[in-house]
Amino acid sequence: MPKSGSTPKITRRTALAGLSAGAALLAMPRLGRAADETIRIGFPTPLTGPFAAEARDQVKCAELAVKLVNDKGGIGGRKVELLVRDDKLNAGEAATRTLELIEKDKVHAVVGALSSAVQLAVNEVTRARGVIYVSISQSDTINEAKDFSKYTFHEALNPHMTTAAVARQTLKKGMKVAHLVADYAYGHEMLRGFKRAQAAIGADNVGEILHPFGAADYSTFMPRLMSMRPDVLCISNFGRDQANAIKQAVDFGVKQQMKIVVPVILHNQRLAVGPDVFEGVVGGANYYWGLEAQSKSAAAFNTAFKAANGGAIPTDYGAYGYSGVGSLLAAMQTAGGTDTDKVIDALEKLQYDLSKGPQHYRKCDHQSVQSVLVLESKKKSAMAGDNDLFAILANDTASDDMLRSCSELGHAT
Amino acid sequence: MDLSLIIMQLLSGIALGAVLVITALGLTIVFGMLGVVNFAHGALFMIGAYAGLYLASLTGSFWWGLLLAPILIGAFGMLIEFVLIRRLYGRSIDDPLLLTFGLSYVLVEGVRIVFGSDGIPFPTPPQLVGVLDLGIGFFPRYRLFVIALVAVVLLVLWLTLEKTRVGLIVRAGARDPTIMQVLGVDIGRVWLAIFGLGVGLAALGGVLAGPMRSVNPEMGSLVLAEAFVVTVIGGLGSIVGAVVAGLMVGISISLVALFAPEMATIVMFALMAVVLLIRPQGLFGVRGRTA
Repeated sequence: MPKSGSTPKITRRTALAGLSAGAALLAMPRLGRAADETIRIGFPTPLTGPFAAEARDQVKCAELAVKLVNDKGGIGGRKVELLVRDDKLNAGEAATRTLELIEKDKVHAVVGALSSAVQLAVNEVTRARGVIYVSISQSDTINEAKDFSKYTFHEALNPHMTTAAVARQTLKKGMKVAHLVADYAYGHEMLRGFKRAQAAIGADNVGEILHPFGAADYSTFMPRLMSMRPDVLCISNFGRDQANAIKQAVDFGVKQQMKIVVPVILHNQRLAVGPDVFEGVVGGANYYWGLEAQSKSAAAFNTAFKAANGGAIPTDYGAYGYSGVGSLLAAMQTAGGTDTDKVIDALEKLQYDLSKGPQHYRKCDHQSVQSVLVLESKKKSAMAGDNDLFAILANDTASDDMLRSCSELGHAT
Repeated sequence: MDLSLIIMQLLSGIALGAVLVITALGLTIVFGMLGVVNFAHGALFMIGAYAGLYLASLTGSFWWGLLLAPILIGAFGMLIEFVLIRRLYGRSIDDPLLLTFGLSYVLVEGVRIVFGSDGIPFPTPPQLVGVLDLGIGFFPRYRLFVIALVAVVLLVLWLTLEKTRVGLIVRAGARDPTIMQVLGVDIGRVWLAIFGLGVGLAALGGVLAGPMRSVNPEMGSLVLAEAFVVTVIGGLGSIVGAVVAGLMVGISISLVALFAPEMATIVMFALMAVVLLIRPQGLFGVRGRTA
């Protein structure tokens, strides 16, 4: 295992480097038009529906990754193009769009999908067609032997990683823990992660409630959750479900009795319901712009994103779009093109640091080994500005130890 | 399972039902009196929430938002009736249905353009923040307020329809518009007012829901489905039906959430299926009324 930070990494492209490289490209005579075929990356993501805010951020960041590479002259002189498709947060729709991207648009690789259920549908298609797929949705199953293929890469954190990091920061031996969980793959996987982590710590499970995905009202779950009298309430759902569930839990006075913890704390949902509601809520994250105080690559990513998006800051799920597409393009750069086997080989060997510190894809299951952040939502009076949302409680550095072992996932070791 | 938990659960159900009632009421009044199935009802609910939020921030008080948004959006509803819906009276029921369906898309897109697709925070009015100790448990003050306000609105509405001359004209107009016109009543103005009232109720539902749920352009679509379910269970066009069915749905969701939480949303549709099998016209519906 390479030790973090000690290996040579692909230096990231700052806006400045991008600009100068862009100028260099203009000066360069464009030879070899025949080999100049555009590299197309398919990007299915749920532009409509309850995860739309996160999806749009993903697109912006993915476009930024493409732009930076194109500004530097593309890959071997070939321009990169991002083909964004709305998967409507629906597995069937995602499979159809992905198939279209492969058959009709002849994409060279697919990156994307936000929902864990949808990414598995995309993975089915790409696996069958032998197309590289870099998933940027949280999943614990996509790396398991039964869903895995050599074409499958997982750039996002997985529930095992985030729940373990969050539990380490918030749970203690003997604490009572209750769960409110969205009744679909994401929720189930997060619940499994939390239960595993709390068992290791020695905290007691006092109950779990599964709620329907996409519910608008969570009030009917609150009396029973309160009657369980837990010390910590883990709310494992995503997007607007997270905003609504936390808001209504707070309305019912849950925070006076217990601490609210989420596996993944969402930038956009914090914005959607305000600081008073989220105050003190702790959750895991792959990225937070405030990381720039600790990480040079985060600072450079923020700068490039701000320049391309009118001063806006990148968000957590958006960053996945950047690192997912960015790592793929870096591998294509190394492979000198789009030859699938060469790119897979390059991805497996890739050491990259695009936005948050060193990362690499573990060989056996292609899970990206990366740091995990634990964030706490600030109270209004502690915020230095509108974007100062979270305090970083922990930044666990990348390590294979964070992951379930290859043999546990069913891979030959 | 102790009694206090069940009572708390019932109360959650009633609070949930109250929002359903107020929203379904607007839908059912417009259908009952005008024969228009208003597919834009959910979008108008959402617009109401945004208007309430905007007016509250403009005036610095939630109460102005609560008072003015339904009036303003109600007036906007009258404009919609006057400019669009009016032309379709007397045609088949599909025409206004398609029109309002299209309108809902326009409204949602419009809000997306103006306010963006991300949700906007809608803080609970400071007077109603926090919980009230009921002796058996804590319950959000705001939700208790919603129950009380909906009860008052229902009472006022009922008194207006049953005890006033305006109510008499409205009820008579719904039964036989031709005779009313012969008697010299400008039925067009009655319809205008009714549509405005229905839309105003949708907006009121939106403002009330604002502090409980996040405010976003899609918030109306789920509500529309719920309002239709309530309207169908209660009987299309029946005001009493909307009230009874709204509370029934709220309480069923709540009690099912206690025993089989993952079924909480489905129970609403199961209830509708059962009612339709036993009484196709809905609990309080009139046979043959359903288009």
